[in-house]
Amino acid sequence: MKNIIIVAGFLAFGGGAFAQDIPKADPATVEKYVQSMWSKASPEWQARVKLDETQRICSETSNTPSQAQFDAILAREKANVTYPADGNVMGDWKRGMVVAQRGTGGQFSDAPGTYQGGNCFACHELTKEEVSYGTLGPSLLGYGKIRKFEPAEAKAAFAKIYNPHAVFPCSQMPRFGHTKFLTEEQIKDAVALLFSPDSPVNK
Amino acid sequence: MKRLSVAILATAIGFGAAGIALGQSESEKEIERYREMINDPMANPGYLWVDKGEALWSEKRGSKSASLETCDLGKGPGNVEGAFAEMPRYFADADRVMDLEQRLLWCMDKIQGVDTADVVKRRFGGPGVESDLQALVAFIANKSNGMSYKLPLAHAKEQEMLSVGKALFDRRAGQMDFACATCHAEEGKRIRLQGLPDFSKPGKEARMTMDSWPTYRVSQSQLRTMQHRLWDCYRQMRHPVPEYGSDGITALTSYLVKMAEGGEINVPSIKR
Ligand code: HEC
Ligand code: HEC
Repeated sequence: MKNIIIVAGFLAFGGGAFAQDIPKADPATVEKYVQSMWSKASPEWQARVKLDETQRICSETSNTPSQAQFDAILAREKANVTYPADGNVMGDWKRGMVVAQRGTGGQFSDAPGTYQGGNCFACHELTKEEVSYGTLGPSLLGYGKIRKFEPAEAKAAFAKIYNPHAVFPCSQMPRFGHTKFLTEEQIKDAVALLFSPDSPVNK
Repeated sequence: MKRLSVAILATAIGFGAAGIALGQSESEKEIERYREMINDPMANPGYLWVDKGEALWSEKRGSKSASLETCDLGKGPGNVEGAFAEMPRYFADADRVMDLEQRLLWCMDKIQGVDTADVVKRRFGGPGVESDLQALVAFIANKSNGMSYKLPLAHAKEQEMLSVGKALFDRRAGQMDFACATCHAEEGKRIRLQGLPDFSKPGKEARMTMDSWPTYRVSQSQLRTMQHRLWDCYRQMRHPVPEYGSDGITALTSYLVKMAEGGEINVPSIKR
């Protein structure tokens, strides 16, 4: 039965077709390819590329979850945001600049213990001085100033950096806190970069 | 003289990597210069690999002391013309869909009796490491110049490859939740100052990219193939080392080739 559907799909998939016309692969088949692609990786590395429920839905829907899936992701990811115990979400903006500039860490070519950065500049414009910024995410120029340096907004930014799906399901931004790629300290420093009145972000 | 200009370019680009950003027009000029060098075998170092690949193709090697000249790349034994433009494809003798590099390994093993473990160990050339596969791919891909990609899809396994390739393109995983689509699914996006081609749909960006691989990477002084490019993208994605010649890479290649149909292959190209 399934085979018939696939063949029919391919017949419709003619010359100048669109990527979305490619018939969907059975997820179990996809995972077999995934396993063979990383069959020689260590167990820790293999564990890193197993899908959690949020990744699975965002992958299978090409980041366009249904309303029910959207709501489920939001609820699940919100529940795992852990705020600092003392309620203070602001660290040191100068250290936050290091977090934002550095994109090292976590690659198979990195030596163990390599500093892990947030690489915010890879995707965001943050300051007027840094012209080497990417455009996958929106400009964050003047981010805190525009939000009148409101403590509630700073707290929301902490949550956003900790887990962007807790705000916008299937966001393209990494879940820096949830996956422990950044420490709580580093996330506080990044919040300070966005919300300190003397940070170059707000100049 | 022209070789010299390549060396100078390499130096200029080295500085770029060290943090001095080239202005937009500067990098466009650089791309234009590469474009001019592509078709001139004297100026394009990629042709050193083409020549070496041609020699390797006809050299008797392995326990069977045979050349690759009877290897069937899909267009009949020994026929290299246009073969690359129609890969990955299904091969009945192996009962598998293979990209060019998988197929070459298969032929080396079955026809020549060459130790493919050693060949795979040298898959990516570097200082002191000569890659047979990079040379063979350069030679064979070059024989599809002027042609368009046409992904064979008659066999069910070819259809599965393409469908899985699309799924892998969208598959988000790892500590960064990255998929290929994170970086390659919208036009006009960039990481830092690096432009990111959009492969989420068939069209110009997919064509311009795939029509120019394999390529001579000036920054690495090596001829690189799609296996190396995807290895590097998985590295940036914080994924494990993808196994060379594994079906996942072939599936992604099928997908990229499908998106790139309708252009004109011109390889080896030159890229930063
Ligand atoms: C791989 C790309 C990527 C990286 C790296 C990245 N972001 Fe983002 N970011 C995005 C995208 C895409 C959005 C918009 C979609 C969304 O809101 O989730 C976004 C949104 C945001 C927002 C919300 C903007 C708004 O409109 O309110 C903030 C704040 C933010 N990012 C901060 C950061 C910080 C700080 C870092 C580094 C620690 C970072 N981002 C790293 C892609 C990225
Ligand atoms: C974190 C960002 C990121 C991710 C994720 C990513 N890439 Fe890339 N990709 C890049 C960058 C940066 C380049 C270099 C562009 C250049 O050199 O012009 C690139 C280049 C490429 C190229 C060659 C482009 C050219 O014009 O020569 C291909 C093909 C490619 N990527 C495919 C993929 C595939 C397939 C995946 C998923 C397995 C992937 N990429 C995932 C960032 C990424």
